[in-house]
Amino acid sequence: MTKTITIAHGNGGEENNELIKKIFYKHFENDILAKSEDAAVIEDGKLAFTTDSFTVSPLFFPGGDIGKLAVCGTCNDLAMMGAKPKYMTCSVIIEEGFSTRELDKIVKSMKVELEINGAIVVSGDTKVVPKGAVDKLFINTTGIGTIEHAGITASGLKEGMSILVSRDVGCHGATIFAAREGIELESGLQTDCASLYPEIKALMDAGIKIIALRDATRGGVSAVLNEWAKTSDVCVEVEEESIPVLDEVRGICEMLGFEAVDLANEGTFVLCVGKEDEVKALEVLQKTHSTSAVIATVTMQYVGRVLLNSSWGTKRFLDLPTGELLPRIC
Amino acid sequence: MAELELKNLYDNFRDGETIKAYAKIIAEDAKKLEKPINIMEVCGGHTHTIMKFGLPQLLPENVNFIHGPGCPVCIMPKERIDHAYVLSMQPNVILVTLGDMIKVPGSNGSLQDARAKGADVRFVYSPMECLKIAEENPDKTVIFFAIGFETTTPMTAVLVEQVIKLKVPNILFHINHVTVPEVMVELIDSRDVHVDSYNNQIDAFLGPSHVSVISGSKIYDKFPKDYGRPVVVTGFEPVDAMQGISMIIKQFVEKRCELEVQYKRVVNFEGNLKAQALIEKYFEKMSLFRWRGLGNVPDSGLKLREKYAAYDAEIKYKDVLPIAEIEDHKLCICGDILRGMAKPQECTIFGTACKPTTPIGSCMVSSEGACAAYYKYGNLI
Repeated sequence: MTKTITIAHGNGGEENNELIKKIFYKHFENDILAKSEDAAVIEDGKLAFTTDSFTVSPLFFPGGDIGKLAVCGTCNDLAMMGAKPKYMTCSVIIEEGFSTRELDKIVKSMKVELEINGAIVVSGDTKVVPKGAVDKLFINTTGIGTIEHAGITASGLKEGMSILVSRDVGCHGATIFAAREGIELESGLQTDCASLYPEIKALMDAGIKIIALRDATRGGVSAVLNEWAKTSDVCVEVEEESIPVLDEVRGICEMLGFEAVDLANEGTFVLCVGKEDEVKALEVLQKTHSTSAVIATVTMQYVGRVLLNSSWGTKRFLDLPTGELLPRIC
Repeated sequence: MAELELKNLYDNFRDGETIKAYAKIIAEDAKKLEKPINIMEVCGGHTHTIMKFGLPQLLPENVNFIHGPGCPVCIMPKERIDHAYVLSMQPNVILVTLGDMIKVPGSNGSLQDARAKGADVRFVYSPMECLKIAEENPDKTVIFFAIGFETTTPMTAVLVEQVIKLKVPNILFHINHVTVPEVMVELIDSRDVHVDSYNNQIDAFLGPSHVSVISGSKIYDKFPKDYGRPVVVTGFEPVDAMQGISMIIKQFVEKRCELEVQYKRVVNFEGNLKAQALIEKYFEKMSLFRWRGLGNVPDSGLKLREKYAAYDAEIKYKDVLPIAEIEDHKLCICGDILRGMAKPQECTIFGTACKPTTPIGSCMVSSEGACAAYYKYGNLI
């Protein structure tokens, strides 16, 4: 570990994993935590339990705001364990001087998103801190859900299974990057920020057996696939051309030197199903997003790694993103 | 005129069928080569393209790549990174630089570490952003830590011009711009002190196209003429790179040694004369610039002309800036890799002690360095 914490330690990639393992897991060690799933499964598999903090800047962005994000993020973590979001807590840390009207707007959009999930906030906390102690507003939400589909796990991948993404990837990361200070880019992009429970419910209602499921937040689709390959001791073989990416997102990636699969999403999930469920799962997903696609197959070629096949017959590894995402120089 | 979409700039240049067709042409032509050839792609952007798109997997055994020193972040010697670090730690300073410069470790740490310790370090996509930052922070000094080859130098020159024209009182410059042809000469001419020989293996060069957008293809004129090395100025998409390689091989097969341009859609012989004039106006050559991994290269660096010394952070802060040269770790073989005498995997610390998260040598520090590209994409031939 480095002596001080840097931004890279919060990126969802390699440094982030190191920080969690070497400090938090070391002291908090227990069997439930060790599973390192999106949400903890407790009470003999009946409940899913999770928490998340939101510090996004800017607070309002095309397609959403920090409030929507704070509900989606936590509810999606529950949904990724096959759980229906039920009860939530909401803690806010507010910088003195923050506009009351903006706060009201943010909480209102939380309410809209809670309704989509069928969840309610049952407890909360507010703190106001002196100017400069936080950047405008930080929100933490914790959620509990009832598990409706048991046995979803990152360690369940087996040779021959199929991997799908629920929609085109990288929208959130590209939108936030384009809106950032120092990067003067105009685009019509919107973040993909959305509650995913309705889509998961549709998959379950169609009788699909979900093997693994994860929303591709920080670290993007690469981080999910790499984690699955490692945890399940398999190789995930991706057909590069089949990964759906919007032209606008690809354009921003080309200019700044990023890969869309490394960018964060807030309403995009990766799904692993048996080969026999592939067609049906795709049908269900495409009802919500026509861009959803089958992108990979589970093989044993390079165990623990993600392999990217190009349309001209070359192969390369798709690695976990490392470091802070920084635009290229020329 | 129909609106030009961004994707028009790359879509067709990644077409699988076209890439395969070039692979076939190259394979046929390469059968006629009298001896194996080593092509140096000078630029880190090319290294990145070649590795990311897996091009070596498509080439016959007698066509090899030598990965050159054309990544501005990789070649920055540690003492200059220390300059950036020290400057960022000065009171009331905002240090501004480009992209992944901020993660390269110097002897005290990287600019990211400085930022974690409270320094105001910012990265921008366009140097012109400095004007806005300076205006918003009138009580601070904004220091632009300028890096890059001919491609980014004009952007710094424009910023210098604006600062002078608008009489901006709080922007200074730390200039680390370097030039491509001088280091190519050095690679051909330099004597390797370890083995006491002029043992470079370079047979031909892929010239970086974006450098020539500014400087024209004329800067490479002397390589076929005086040094017997063909140069093909080549674009950065995989179809571009494959066509450029094919053009080089054809030169060998047809026993030609010429300067050619593959990237004709943008590059001409003279380049952007306006940009060249701007560079000439504000910058002059440094007699020596020390390249990480290669050592001192004559005439390869730029500095602000003496007339503009008032804007030079290196002069203004000279009392606090360290001057001692800092060598890389003894086990690091980046110098050999940059000269084409070794591949990254031959280094004993590659992938073990030296990784993208903890880089030890120049070729690992940026995603455009040869070692970083090998580490990231694997070398699945």
